[in-house]
Amino acid sequence: MANVLVNAPKTAKRGAIVEIKALILHPMETGFRPGTNGQIIPRNIVERFTATWNDAEIFSMDMSPAISANPFVSFFAVAAESGTIRLRWTGDQGFAVEEQVAIAVE
Amino acid sequence: MDRRRFLGQAAAIVVLPFGPPFGPASATPQAMAEAIKKVVGDSAVTEGRVRLDMPPLIENGNTVPLVVSIESPMTVADHVKAIHVFNEKNPQPNVFSVRLSARNGKATVGTRIKLGDSQKIVAIAETSDGKFWSASADVIVTLAACLEEST
Repeated sequence: MANVLVNAPKTAKRGAIVEIKALILHPMETGFRPGTNGQIIPRNIVERFTATWNDAEIFSMDMSPAISANPFVSFFAVAAESGTIRLRWTGDQGFAVEEQVAIAVE
Repeated sequence: MDRRRFLGQAAAIVVLPFGPPFGPASATPQAMAEAIKKVVGDSAVTEGRVRLDMPPLIENGNTVPLVVSIESPMTVADHVKAIHVFNEKNPQPNVFSVRLSARNGKATVGTRIKLGDSQKIVAIAETSDGKFWSASADVIVTLAACLEEST
């Protein structure tokens, strides 16, 4: 799935604080809205977003239906060592997407 | 059936569909207070240290940018453990919760949220010493997050 946009620096100085921004294509259907046929559209949201840096968790977020469609998250992390930042979204209806970016720390 | 009974029944038929409220039940300030209590327990919540950046006037409630930042050195000894955001008038009081650690370096989180009405948003941060800090923002929403499927 290429429906993910991740913005993180490719290189960073050791100990620097880097910003990581992530955007994913997702309808974030709240489960409170009636559709055109009058029936409530079943809830379909991303429930959880986690980020790991070389498999150590650095950030996690529990979302609710109040998060906008195509959820955007930005957060910071200390560049401790080179490696991969892995971002994972999971949610309703078996939704699971993983994306990784490499970062070189010098 | 006499005329009076007929009118009464006719009125009942007309009125009934509007009786039970349609659409989603909405969270109330009390529901928000309960949701906050579930997170903080009996601890006191002090106002301060938290900054909640949102536009005060929102044209479109479907995507409202929101940034929460907390003054904190973010060291192992003193850092922000979690940030929780609540609202008063969306169908549910919770917006999101994030877990942070000293690995974050900076206690700042940005996202975009939906707002169903003009209301108060509250952000609560839990620091590593177990204290709770909060900030709130009153926002005016001119176009609420849409309630019907777009066609």
